[in-house]
Amino acid sequence: MRDDVEGKPLVEVRNLKMYFPIYKGILRRQVGQVKAVDDVSFTVHEGETLGLVGESGCGKSTCGRAILRLYDPTDGSVILDGTDIASLNTDDLRQMRTDMQMIFQDPQASLNPKMTVERIISEPLIEHRKGMSAKERSDRVGELMDAVGLNRTFANRYPHEFSGGQRQRIGIARALALSPRFIVCDEPIAALDVSIQAQVVNLLEDLQQKMGLTYLFISHDLSMVRHLATRVAVMYLGQIMELAPSGQLYSDPKHPYTKALLSAVPEPDPREESRRDRIILQGDVPSPANPPTGCNFCTRCPVAQPLCHQVSPDWREIEPGRFVSCHFAE
Amino acid sequence: MLNFTIRRLMFAIPTLLVISFIIFAILDLAPGDPTASLPMTVPPEVRAQIRSTLGLDEPFIIRYFLWLKQFMITEPLNLIESSFGITIGEGDRLRLTSWATRSPVVDLIAERMPQTLWVVGMSQIIAVLIAVPIGVISAYKQYSWIDQLGTLFSMIGFSVPTFFTGLLFIVIFSVNLGWFPSIYDTNHVVEDWDSFVFQIKQMIMPTMVLALFTAAQISRYMRASMLDNLNQDYVRTARAKGLKEQTVLLVHVLRNSMIPVVTVIALNIPTIFGGAIITEQIFRVNGIGQLLITGIVGADIPLVQTLTFIFAALIVLFNLIADILYGMLDPRIRYE
Repeated sequence: MRDDVEGKPLVEVRNLKMYFPIYKGILRRQVGQVKAVDDVSFTVHEGETLGLVGESGCGKSTCGRAILRLYDPTDGSVILDGTDIASLNTDDLRQMRTDMQMIFQDPQASLNPKMTVERIISEPLIEHRKGMSAKERSDRVGELMDAVGLNRTFANRYPHEFSGGQRQRIGIARALALSPRFIVCDEPIAALDVSIQAQVVNLLEDLQQKMGLTYLFISHDLSMVRHLATRVAVMYLGQIMELAPSGQLYSDPKHPYTKALLSAVPEPDPREESRRDRIILQGDVPSPANPPTGCNFCTRCPVAQPLCHQVSPDWREIEPGRFVSCHFAE
Repeated sequence: MLNFTIRRLMFAIPTLLVISFIIFAILDLAPGDPTASLPMTVPPEVRAQIRSTLGLDEPFIIRYFLWLKQFMITEPLNLIESSFGITIGEGDRLRLTSWATRSPVVDLIAERMPQTLWVVGMSQIIAVLIAVPIGVISAYKQYSWIDQLGTLFSMIGFSVPTFFTGLLFIVIFSVNLGWFPSIYDTNHVVEDWDSFVFQIKQMIMPTMVLALFTAAQISRYMRASMLDNLNQDYVRTARAKGLKEQTVLLVHVLRNSMIPVVTVIALNIPTIFGGAIITEQIFRVNGIGQLLITGIVGADIPLVQTLTFIFAALIVLFNLIADILYGMLDPRIRYE
């Protein structure tokens, strides 16, 4: 944990909105929209790992994809190193892809089954490093395979011939091929066994140190994020509820949702575990197609007041570096 | 892969034997008399004599084995002899002959094959050339007007039978516009540019009738397969790599989508050899399909039996080829 790292901002996300239209009926008229990401703003500093946590369906992955413009955001801007990715035309965007990459959740599905490892890793090089000779490319693939701990002799194999952990390593090598500065890790360990999870996380940490990478680490695994992240953002129903340095967020959560979420993490010590107070939230997450008025969390918040049902709370900085979206947090 | 192929080919032998027996039994049980088309003035004794010279007096099982021997041994030997100019054994064997024309069945088929291969084969190629772009664009622009148009095209192509489109084409393009001949002239020889143009002209209508029908099917397969693949995660990965949209679509999505479509096309190929019975009839293309009809009408059992058996063998063979192609195209599938 490196709470003290405070590089200059690398990625600035401002009022990002990603709405998906809902079509219904014979004429497929648009009847509404799913607000998967609804007005999200945060900054990722150079060299840090920003953890993005939240329950299933809260819009974490959508947020990550919209930041890399794998979706076209409805509104808002994403500024990477002075360039607004959200409004770039397709050609310039393709050039920007060398600076930003993604590691995907499902290492099986995210690799083209008809391509060998060599093809998968070298394809971005063919596209973006036109000056490279075939020899240099194959050297680079070898280097990358070494870097992620894959045997070079596997270069001519197909993805299905690897185990889950190895496939994720291929995915990481692929993401690193163009030496990006910013990598969105979209639940890279969710599909892996626990023993393999640790290996992959350690690999990600090593690579970060060696190459000075900046991560946006999307996960629902609170303890893994605690281990890895410099700062953590907590997402609920398309909005960020709280953003704070990792240590402070885990020791002293401010937002009632963060408190409830953290109380769900089990304690390894059975005696501690039996004394643990769990905050059990009532009801279900509202539909993102029809979020409540006021605060998004008000329907399930244990401390909700009438104000919460009417007015949407501001995104405010209550302490330096600590942001909360709640009327009553202090 | 080689072992798999050899094993499958070995398994094909009993399958084909059973098929040949069933075809023979069905044809034998079916009503029909090779002398039925003779003039009424031919007396019954003569008819009986004709039947006995055709070997119809022999028991069923003997006739079956005789056919089997002629088709499996005599004809291949004859083929080898005539193509290498050598003589094996006595060299004079009783060939499998058609009852109606008294000429060897294999020669009849060889005569008819070029027309069928040209017309029906070309229609399959054109069908693929039409269907693949329609399928790709329909899937890429799902629910757009171009997709709706593609769907409309395939629904029409699929639901309107070829005998209707064939006649419609003749009425429009031959009778009203006079662009193409309505009858396919088999005796036409291509020797210069003009005769080549004429050959193209006379091929267009039968080819297009068949191509539209086949393209309708293949474009649906193509569209479904593309849609399947477009939503896959690896497509997002390809976009994240910063590839051109064209590369994403043609290299990543299309290549993966072609796997099931190629096997569908491979399974369609036996129909090329089978000829398009109805279409050949309409345009008077004297190909295999028309030969089969003639054989059925004349109760020409050796001809029908041989043709049907060849179709069966081709279907078995192309099933195997489709499986092998699948294994070659999809690295996840390995046969051993």
